[in-house]
Amino acid sequence: MQASDRFNINSQLEHLQAKYVGTGHADLNRFEWAVNIQRDSYASYIGHYPLLAYFSIAENESIGREHYTFMQKMLLPCGLPPEREED
Amino acid sequence: MASLDPEIAKTQEERKKMEQQLASLTSLTFDTDLYGGSDKDSYLTSIPANEDEENLDAIDNEVARKLASYTAPKSLLKEMPSGADSDADMGFRKPQRIIDREDDYRRRRLNQIISPERHDPFSAGEKTPDPSVRTYADVMREEALKREKEETLKAIAKKKKEEEEAAKAAPPQQQQKRRNRWDQSQDDGGAAAAAPKKAKTSDWDMPDTTPGRWDATPTPGRVTDATPGRRNRWDETPTPGRIVDSDATPTGGATPGATPAGMTWDATPKLAGMATPTPKRQRSRWDETPATMGSATPLPGATPAAAYTPGVTPVGGVELATPTPGALHGSITPEQYNLLRWERDIEERNRPLTDEELDAMFPQEGYKILEPPASYVPIRTPARKLLATPTPLGTPLYQIPEENRGQQFDVPKEAPGGLPFMKPEDYQYFGALLNEENEEELSPDEQKERKIMKLLLKVKNGTPPQRKTALRQLTDKAREFGAGPLFNRILPLLMQPTLEDQERHLLVKVIDRVLYKLDELVRPYVHKILVVIEPLLIDEDYYARVEGREIISNLSKAAGLATMIAAMRPDIDNIDEYVRNTTARAFSVVASALGIPALLPFLKAVCQSKKSWQARHTGIKIVQQIAILIGCAVLPHLRSLVEIIEHGLNDENQKVRTITALSLAALAEAAAPYGIESFDSVLKPLWKGIRQHRGKVLAAFLKAIGFIIPLMEALYASYYTKEVMLILIREFQSPDEEMKKIVLKVVKQCVSTEGVEADYIRNDILPEFFRNFWVRRMALDRRNYKQLVETTVEIANKVGVADIVGRIVEDLKDESEPYRRMVMETIEKVVTNLGASDIDARLEELLIDGILYAFQEQTSDDANVMLNGFGAVVNSLGQRVKPYLPQICGTIKWRLNNKSAKVRQQAADLISRIAVVMKQCHEEQLMGHLGVVLYEYLGEEYPEVLGSILGALKSIVNVIGMTKMTPPIKDLLPRLTPILKNRHEKVQENCIDLVGRIADRGAEFVPAREWMRICFELLEMLKAHKKGIRRATVNTFGYIAKAIGPQDVLATLLNNLKVQERQNRVCTTVAIAIVAETCSPFTVLPALMNEYRVPELNVQNGVLKSLSFLFEYIGEMGKDYIYAVTPLLEDALMDRDLVHRQTAASAVKHMALGVAGLGCEDALIHLLNYVWPNIFETSPHVINAVMEAIEGMRVALGAAIVLNYCLQGLFHPARKVREVYWKIYNSLYIGAQDALVAAYPALEDEHHNVYSRPELMMFI
Repeated sequence: MQASDRFNINSQLEHLQAKYVGTGHADLNRFEWAVNIQRDSYASYIGHYPLLAYFSIAENESIGREHYTFMQKMLLPCGLPPEREED
Repeated sequence: MASLDPEIAKTQEERKKMEQQLASLTSLTFDTDLYGGSDKDSYLTSIPANEDEENLDAIDNEVARKLASYTAPKSLLKEMPSGADSDADMGFRKPQRIIDREDDYRRRRLNQIISPERHDPFSAGEKTPDPSVRTYADVMREEALKREKEETLKAIAKKKKEEEEAAKAAPPQQQQKRRNRWDQSQDDGGAAAAAPKKAKTSDWDMPDTTPGRWDATPTPGRVTDATPGRRNRWDETPTPGRIVDSDATPTGGATPGATPAGMTWDATPKLAGMATPTPKRQRSRWDETPATMGSATPLPGATPAAAYTPGVTPVGGVELATPTPGALHGSITPEQYNLLRWERDIEERNRPLTDEELDAMFPQEGYKILEPPASYVPIRTPARKLLATPTPLGTPLYQIPEENRGQQFDVPKEAPGGLPFMKPEDYQYFGALLNEENEEELSPDEQKERKIMKLLLKVKNGTPPQRKTALRQLTDKAREFGAGPLFNRILPLLMQPTLEDQERHLLVKVIDRVLYKLDELVRPYVHKILVVIEPLLIDEDYYARVEGREIISNLSKAAGLATMIAAMRPDIDNIDEYVRNTTARAFSVVASALGIPALLPFLKAVCQSKKSWQARHTGIKIVQQIAILIGCAVLPHLRSLVEIIEHGLNDENQKVRTITALSLAALAEAAAPYGIESFDSVLKPLWKGIRQHRGKVLAAFLKAIGFIIPLMEALYASYYTKEVMLILIREFQSPDEEMKKIVLKVVKQCVSTEGVEADYIRNDILPEFFRNFWVRRMALDRRNYKQLVETTVEIANKVGVADIVGRIVEDLKDESEPYRRMVMETIEKVVTNLGASDIDARLEELLIDGILYAFQEQTSDDANVMLNGFGAVVNSLGQRVKPYLPQICGTIKWRLNNKSAKVRQQAADLISRIAVVMKQCHEEQLMGHLGVVLYEYLGEEYPEVLGSILGALKSIVNVIGMTKMTPPIKDLLPRLTPILKNRHEKVQENCIDLVGRIADRGAEFVPAREWMRICFELLEMLKAHKKGIRRATVNTFGYIAKAIGPQDVLATLLNNLKVQERQNRVCTTVAIAIVAETCSPFTVLPALMNEYRVPELNVQNGVLKSLSFLFEYIGEMGKDYIYAVTPLLEDALMDRDLVHRQTAASAVKHMALGVAGLGCEDALIHLLNYVWPNIFETSPHVINAVMEAIEGMRVALGAAIVLNYCLQGLFHPARKVREVYWKIYNSLYIGAQDALVAAYPALEDEHHNVYSRPELMMFI
C-alpha cells in the first residue's frame, strides 16, 4: 500500500466492511463461508413470509414449526467445524 | 505620603460636603426610598474585577459568557480578536511564547515549586516509610506550618501598620522630603498614597487580607519597609538606582548580604539537596533584578547565602560585567538571559550621542554649543555604569583581560551527534549534552539521563521525523527509564519561562504517552505533575485546557483516587488563591474521570471543613467546576451535590457564601431544564439571602436564582419571580457594572419563564427597567449593550411589540449615535421576531420617521445595524409602508449620490432589501425610476459599491420582471458585459447572478451576438475562487445555450477543453454537461464524441468527464444514448492511460445508475466486461471509480450477475487476487445481502459437514 493510500476512503473500506457479520476476507475457508451462506439463507427464508409458507406446505409442517426449525438450524448450520489440518 | 494624606482627606471632606448640599437641593431623599432605608455607604461603588479572589473574575465570567454564547464555539470566538494580527494574516505566525500572553495571575504558575516525590503507600505495603521520603503527613505538616507563618506575618504587618499610623498621627509632617527620589515622580507618590486608601474602601476583602501581597517570599530588603503603600516600588521593573537605594537606607541596619538569616526564606532547605536543577524554587523578587546584581538563583551546589553575597558587595559586578551571552555558566537563568539580551539592545540604542555624531547631524553654522548649566549633575546610575565599564569602582587602571579560549562569542556550539539546534535558554537543561565526554565512562544512570535528555531535546526542538522517533522511543522505553528520571527531566522544562505553545504541546504529549506506559509507577510523582499541568487548566488557549484535562484525567486513572486525593488534599487550603483555584479545577477533572460518586464522601468532608474557610471554599468551588465541566451529566448526582454545598449559603465567610451561590448557579445551569426538586432545600436560604446581602454576594445569589427559576413549574416560577423582582428592581440602580450585567441576565431569565404574566411585566418591571437601563451610557460598553438588547427582546416576546417599540422609538432621534444604534438593533430584533401588526398608525409614523432620521444621521455602521433595522422594519410593515416610500426613495437617491463610498454602498444595499416590499405596494414606477438611477451609477469605481449596485439592480429585475424593467434589458445587458471582466469577487458574483437571471428569463431581448460575447467573458469567470461564482457561471452557460442554441456555445466550450488549468477544464466539462441537459443530449453528443478523436489527453479526458457529468444529470434519459456512447467507452476503458479508464468507469457508473431497470442490461454487461479487468488497479482514484462502477452494475444488473463475476476469484490461489475479490464480494454482500441467497453456488457436502441447501430444492 502506498503512503497516500493509508488515509483515503479505500483503506477504510475494508475496515468498514469488517464491521458487518457475514462479510469475508482472504483467509476465509470453505466451511466458514458455507456457514455464512446457510445462516443468510435461513434468515432470508424466515424473513420472506411467502417463502416460509411455501416450505411449510412442502414439508407439511405448520409455519410456526418451520420458523422454529430454521431458527434452530442457524445455530450449527453445517455441523461442527472441521479439524484444521495445519494445527 | 504622610504629607499627602491630610490633603486628600481635606478634598474628600469638601466633596462630601458638596454632595450633601446637592442631595438637600433635590428635595426627594431617593436613596432611602429605594435602598429600603439602609445607608448607601455600605454599597460598593464597584466590584473589583481582578481581585485575587475569583468569583466574577475573567475565568468565571467565562462561564457566564458561555451561557450567552450559543452563537459559536468558544474557541472560535476567542480566535477572532487575534484574527486581526497582521502576522497571522500573512500566514506566518511567529512562534508565540506562552508567558507573553499571560496575565499576572496566570504567571503565578511560575511561583509554584515542583515538589519532590512523595511516599507511595500502595507500593510500600505495610512498611514504615523511610524518614527521608515525604509522606502525606509531612506535606500536611508543612502546609500547616506555612499557614501559621502566614498568620504570623500578617499579624506582624498589622502591628507594624498600626504603629506606623500611630506614629504618623503624632508628627504628621516628619519625613516629607525623604520620599522624593529621583526615580519616582510626584505622581507616583500620589498614586502610592492613594493606593492604601482604596484598599481600605473595599471592605469585603477584610476577612482575608489580600494573600497576593503576602505569599511572595519576603526578601531581606523588604522587611524594613513593609508598608503596603510602598510595595509598588519593589514590583516595578528594577531601576538601576535600586541598589544604591537599599544600601543607602541605613534604617534597616541589615544589608542583605549581612543577614544570612534572611536567606532561609528564599529556598526551602529541603529542596537544596535535590538533584534536579529546578529552574525556579520560589521566585523571589530578587530574581527580577538585572543581571548586574549577580545571579539571585542559587548556583548549583552553592548555598543560597553564598549566592547572594556577590549581589550586594559591589565586587560581584565584575563577574558579569561583560554580559556575553556566549559565556553560559550554568547559573544564568533564562529570564536573566533575556533581560541581558534586552538590556544590551536598549543600551546600544540609547547610548548618548558623541560630539562627532552630533557634529555630523547638525549644520555647522547657526548653532552654538552651550556650556552645561552649573547646576547640572549627570545622572548617577552606578548600575548602568557597571554594565558599561568592567571595573565599576576602585582603580580605573587598565587590566589585562583574562583570555578565555573557550569563549563562545555568541555562536552557539554545534550540538554533537545530529542533535537539533539548541536555543540559549535550553543550555540550562541540555547543556550537559554538549560536554563531549566519553559515553562509556559514565555510570549507567548518567547514561540513562543523557539518553532521556537527548530524546527530549529532539522532541522539543527537532524536525518532525526526529520528533516522531524520539517520542516513540520515549514511550517504548518509559518503564525502562523509570518515572523518576523521566519526570525530573520533563517537568522542569515545562516550567521554563520562555516556553512556547508548540513546545509545551509537545512536552505535554510526552507526558501523556509516558503516563500511559508507566501506569501505577507515577504515584510518587503525581503532585509534581499536577503542579506543572494544573496551570494549563486556566490557560486562555482552548486546546491547552483540553490537553490539561486529558493529562489529569489519565493521571487519575493511572494513580487511582486515593493517591490523587492524597496529592491534592494539602493544596485545598493552600494560602495561595492561585493554587486553590487550579486545584479545584483539577479536582473536577478527577471527578469526571473517576466518577462523581467516588469523590462525593471526600467532597462532603472538605465542604464541611471546620479548620479553614479556604478548604470549604475550594470544596464548593470543586462542585462548581464539576458542574461546568460535565454539564447535564451531573443530573444523577444533583441532589447529593446540592446537599454537600447548601450549608455554604449561611457560611460565616462572605467568599464561601458567594462561591456557594455561584456553584448553585452552575449546577442549575448544567441541569436545566430538569432537577428543580434537588434545589428545594436551597430555595429558602437563597431568598432569605437576597434580602440580607449586598454587593458581590447579592450578585452571586441573584445569579443562582436566575438560573434556578427557569427550572420551576409555571406557578412557582411566577411566585418566585415576583419575590426576586423587588430586589432586582432595587438593584436596577446599582452603579456597578458587574451587578448590572447579572441583573439584566436574571431579568431575562425570569421574564422568559412560563408563569410570568405580561401584565405583571408591563406594570411592575417595565417602567423601572426603561428608566434605569435605557440610558446612553449602556450603549458604550459592548457587553452591556448586548445584554440589554437581549433582555429587552426577551421582554418584548412577552409584552408584545407595541409596548417596547413605543417606549424606545423616540430614542431613534437621540443625539448619541451608539445609543441610536442600540435602539435600532432592538427594534430590528423585536420586529423580526414578532412582526409589526401590533404597531398602530401613530407609532408607525414615529417609527419610520425615527428610522429615517437614524439612517441619515449615522456616521459609521460597520455592523450594518441601521441597514438591517431599516430592512426589517420595512419588510414587516409591508404594504403599510406605501405612503412613506417616496420619502425613503428620495433619501436613497440622495445618498446614492453621496461622496462617501460607504454611504453609496449602503443606499444600494437598502434598495435590495426593500425591493420586494416596493413591489407589494405597487410602486413599479418608482422602482423603474430607481432602476434608471442605478443604471447611471454602473460606472462606479469602488468595487464594493459596484457590487451592491448590481445587487440592487438584480433585486429590482427580479421583482418587476424583464418586460417592465427600465432601462430595457437590451440596454442594460451590453452595459454589464464589460463589468464581467472585473476581478473583484463581490462584483463578479452579483454581476453573474444578474446576467444569469437575464439569460434565464429575458434572453430574447438581447441579440445572439451579445450572448456569444458574454460566453467568452464567462469562460474567464470559471477561474474564480468562489464556488458560488463558478456554479452561477456554469448555470448561465446553460441558459445562454437554451436561448441561442447549443452549437456556438458548445464550440466555445469544447475549445476551452484545451486549456491548461485543471479547474478551468473541470468547469468547462460541467458546463458542457449542463448545456447538454438543457438542450437535450442529442444536440451535443455528436460534437462531443467527435471531439474525442482529437489526439490530446486533456481533451479526451474532458470529453469523458463531460459524458460522466452528462449521464449523471440526465438520469433516465440516458437509456436512449447508452448504445451510442458504448463504443467510445469501450475504447476509453481499454486505454493505456489510467485517467481514461478512471473517468470512463465513473461515466459507466452514472450510466448504470441512470438506466437501472430500463432494459439496457445487454449494453451494461458489455461495459462490465470492460470494467472488470480494472479491479486490480492500485491507484486510489482509479480503484475507487472502478468499485463504484461495479456497485452501479449491482444496482442495474442485480447482485446475482455480479456475484457470478466474483466467484471465480474468491478462493484463488494468489492471496492478492483473493483480497480484491473478497473486497468486491463484501461490498456486494453489504449492498444486497438478501438478493445473494438465491444466487449462492451449490456447495458439495464434506464428511459430516452439510453445505447443501435442501430447502431450495423443494418443489410442490
